[in-house]
Amino acid sequence: MSLTSTVADGAQVVTVNAQRIDAAMAIQFKEDMRSETEDGPERVILDLSNVDFIDSSGLGAIVAAMKQLGAARKLDLAGLTPMVDKVFRLTRMDTVFNLYSTLQDALDPEQVEN
Amino acid sequence: MVETFACSFRATELDARRGIVSVVERLKEMGIPNTRVDEVQIALAEAVNNVVEHAYAETTTGDVLIRCNLFPDRLWVEIRDAGAPFPDAKLPEGKAVDVDTPLENLPEGGFGWLLIRELANDVQYQRNLDNNQLSLCFEIQLTS
Repeated sequence: MSLTSTVADGAQVVTVNAQRIDAAMAIQFKEDMRSETEDGPERVILDLSNVDFIDSSGLGAIVAAMKQLGAARKLDLAGLTPMVDKVFRLTRMDTVFNLYSTLQDALDPEQVEN
Repeated sequence: MVETFACSFRATELDARRGIVSVVERLKEMGIPNTRVDEVQIALAEAVNNVVEHAYAETTTGDVLIRCNLFPDRLWVEIRDAGAPFPDAKLPEGKAVDVDTPLENLPEGGFGWLLIRELANDVQYQRNLDNNQLSLCFEIQLTS
């Protein structure tokens, strides 16, 4: 399993336990996200602080994971490391997700965007 | 002076990962700043993924050969494979993704050429008799 999950302040926090979400990892990641988030709180926060590299396949898998949640739930991203942040910005996917620099920020009621 | 190294690996997802990581380590050892190596890694990974997913899609998987030539102010990364040529012998444009779209229409792929074109300063492709030769150029300011 590439993911672990806890519930904090009414949100489900899913932590990625891998350094790379790349082509070799993308399908497993997508399937693991599906089983981790089958039911649960409306808000899911994906903690990416262990991930130092993501490619086009990994980015696609995160988009797929958000779609799997459906319109009633949402996926926020936290802890983006420099290379992951760069890939989101260059593809403009930073405008699709709420991004938080740390998990702590993502859980801070004063910083949460709707 | 030009510093050169080359490596090759099977065109599978796991071998590609190991190959890319080894190239990245060599580039850091050569004194290229880490932030630029990060950008090279992003573009290189997309180019190699394309070989694994497309060039060898219809044939037996072959090898990927990577050769890096570091000049005083630029790095050329050449990626060769013996797979199928690009359709119409032309490189994809790498159009920007339309993000102003309902959730269900968001693309789950097709970001690769966008990333390559944003990060590389020059991209050249030539189809040789039995191989593809893609060359990516990155401007570099050496730290050491």
